[in-house]
Amino acid sequence: MQFRPPFRNYQFDSAYDEMFEAPGVPRPHYEALFRTLLELPPEEMRKSQQAADLSFLHQGVTFTVYGNDEGTEKVFPNDLLPRIIPNQEWRKIESGLTQRIAALNLFLEDVYHRGRILADGIVPRELVYSCRHFRREMRNLTVPRGIYVSICGTDLVRLPDGSFAVLEDNLRVPSGVSYMLANRKVLKKVFPTLFRDYGVCPVDHYAQALLGTLRALSPLQSTTRHEPTVVLLTPGVFNSAYFEHTFLAQQMGIELVEGRDLLVHDNVVYMRTTAGLKRVDVIYRRVDDDFLDPLCFRRDSNLGVPGLFNAYRAGSVVLANAVGTGIADDKAVYAYVPAIIRYYLGEEPILPNVPTYLLSDSSQRSYVLEHMEELVVKAVGESGGYGMLIGPHSTAEQRDEFRQRILAEPRNYIAQPTLNLSRAPCFLEGEAQARHVDLRPYILYGENVTLVPGGLTRVALRRGSLVVNSSQGGGSKDTWVLRA
Amino acid sequence: MNGHYQHRQTTMLSRVADSLYWMSRYLERAEHTARLIDVDFELRLDQSPEASSGRWMRLLEALQAPRPEDGKIDATTLTHVLTLDKTNSSSIISCVTKARENLRQVREQCSSAMWEQLNRLYLQVNSTTSSEAWLLHSYVFFRAVREGAHLFHGVTDSTMSHGEGWQYIQLGRYVERTDAVARLIGAYFSREPWSLDQTFDQTLDQAVESEEYLEWVGLLKNCAAFESYCKNYTADLRPLRVAEFLLLNPECPHSVRFSVDKVHAALMAIAELTERKAEQPVRLAGRLRATLSFSQIDEVMASGASAYVENVRQQCGQAHNAIHQIYFDYPAEEALTH
Repeated sequence: MQFRPPFRNYQFDSAYDEMFEAPGVPRPHYEALFRTLLELPPEEMRKSQQAADLSFLHQGVTFTVYGNDEGTEKVFPNDLLPRIIPNQEWRKIESGLTQRIAALNLFLEDVYHRGRILADGIVPRELVYSCRHFRREMRNLTVPRGIYVSICGTDLVRLPDGSFAVLEDNLRVPSGVSYMLANRKVLKKVFPTLFRDYGVCPVDHYAQALLGTLRALSPLQSTTRHEPTVVLLTPGVFNSAYFEHTFLAQQMGIELVEGRDLLVHDNVVYMRTTAGLKRVDVIYRRVDDDFLDPLCFRRDSNLGVPGLFNAYRAGSVVLANAVGTGIADDKAVYAYVPAIIRYYLGEEPILPNVPTYLLSDSSQRSYVLEHMEELVVKAVGESGGYGMLIGPHSTAEQRDEFRQRILAEPRNYIAQPTLNLSRAPCFLEGEAQARHVDLRPYILYGENVTLVPGGLTRVALRRGSLVVNSSQGGGSKDTWVLRA
Repeated sequence: MNGHYQHRQTTMLSRVADSLYWMSRYLERAEHTARLIDVDFELRLDQSPEASSGRWMRLLEALQAPRPEDGKIDATTLTHVLTLDKTNSSSIISCVTKARENLRQVREQCSSAMWEQLNRLYLQVNSTTSSEAWLLHSYVFFRAVREGAHLFHGVTDSTMSHGEGWQYIQLGRYVERTDAVARLIGAYFSREPWSLDQTFDQTLDQAVESEEYLEWVGLLKNCAAFESYCKNYTADLRPLRVAEFLLLNPECPHSVRFSVDKVHAALMAIAELTERKAEQPVRLAGRLRATLSFSQIDEVMASGASAYVENVRQQCGQAHNAIHQIYFDYPAEEALTH
């Protein structure tokens, strides 16, 4: 069957297509975009794409690829065709993620205090204690409002039946939100009329919401002193997300600090300013646990602040997210999240998990080892698409290598069925082509849970690829959540 | 008053202030070096090789660059060392790179237009390769560096809030300029035939001739001050007047007096903004400013111009150290007892 340009070569397979319910028949909420694309000369689109790329380059919307010779700065590729989500679907996502962040916070609070869930045998004790991100130092430490994770980015995928499932929680230092905002800014310029007519929920208030969340964690009662001083702690200019750090600090109007700007005296954290030392109340830290405080964690860290953890323990400063949240996004603990939700909230999970095989379990392990060509194997503590084997796209050699690694450290790996992620049209090579996408909404938890309606839709730009991570050739596109 | 807007007290990290200050110093240094070499290139065409190598010696002294080991002056090699040699930490390319590195670390503090302008200059300087052909038309390069720096300051003035951060940019620029111009004047007045430290010589107040004339034009042009000098004193060039103009004139933007006035103004503003009024840097800059504004050129010359500029440089260096100690790198213990 032939379609009109730019959809002439648009392909369908068993994956859910975000735009079409049947070949050539757009879903109702995609209809207006579909018609616009049929009328728009491809040349026009190409020009817009060039303009968008250039504006990203000039603004320096870049990320750094590790493992490369020069730690090269790259522009994060952006696709101009928006991913559209009807309001009703969004509301379900919103309630599902709200439920999830509430349960995960209760889990963290429990694990670092009484450990009821471990005593009751819902989550195996050894699974938690063997987790690389478990922090003994956090035992019996009370965090403000009992909130461990106040900034979270959860990866959702849409399965062939059209339902959303959670692929992964990012509870440590999730990134990418600046691309969500940058994409939106560009799309408003490219499709002004379409954007207005669609009635898209705004996302521009994210920085304000983030600031509000951070302030809500302040140890100060707002009546006792002036406003709390909030800062963003960055590892520095060589970090892959440095652009985002500068962007968020600027948008929130707070100081962007490095470890060397801070010092601790008598368990109080100060920043060194030209007007003298200034007390810091809340630190939105984009530095991993390991590097926060050389006196407490890794001694070779130059990025941290000596004495910071003691000040944190003393309650004079707040870190967001808290230390030790990595146990709740460990990929093996992930398998227990539905049980965690049921245990603390007495509710059924609104958003399901993806089936997950724990390789520490011998029967599950032998199944996985026999079916590696069909499965995706992931290291439990990794993120960013590193340390991953995609069975169907792997060579026998790679599978062997992973088999060895699994046998050596079974606790360190999980496996999942290869998911057929949904596909959305992307403007590539002058036409619309179907590419696999996921969705990362950003959840804030301060006084209450806030989600800006939208998120980062990540795209696997390579044809046929299922990996959406920016470090692995992924890109992103704007996500439009409709008002009605 | 209803709806009274409460001005938020701004915070400036010491690291950020430090970066802005040094960014500005490095950019000024690059611009100064570019002007010096460019002027030399032009003068060389009119001069004998001996006169030219004499000027190169002064130029190297003014830029605090090491003299060639064999004592031979080779303009081509020296030009390369001072412009595109990445191993020389004070070459133009090194200065522009360091200016950009400093700005890159505080990008959220400056306007995007400022970043783009400096980034553009950096990319341009870095895409230049040294060659015979390039040398022949190097004025294009030097003009680009000068214009790039001017554009940057123009963009800065019209897009950045003139708050504390802006003041550090001014401070860096004029501390660097005070030092550079003082050094340049020192280099001219410390050598024959103008090293007249013992007694004030009337010849200093006489019009200079031919070869010598070109030298003085060169000095004025090195400070972008030839045209304004002529407006002030006519084209009648006398060493005494040149010295007076470059040292004590309050209006010439490259004079030592003008630069010190700017340093003092920036420090006053910073002291006000940080509520640290009685601090050392303002006092030091104020004293230097007073010295310059009450000095008379014949007295300066009578006691030796090079000693005078050396004293200016020393005081400027003290102010620089005080700025570091008070605003950038103060001991934490002291700050805590305040």
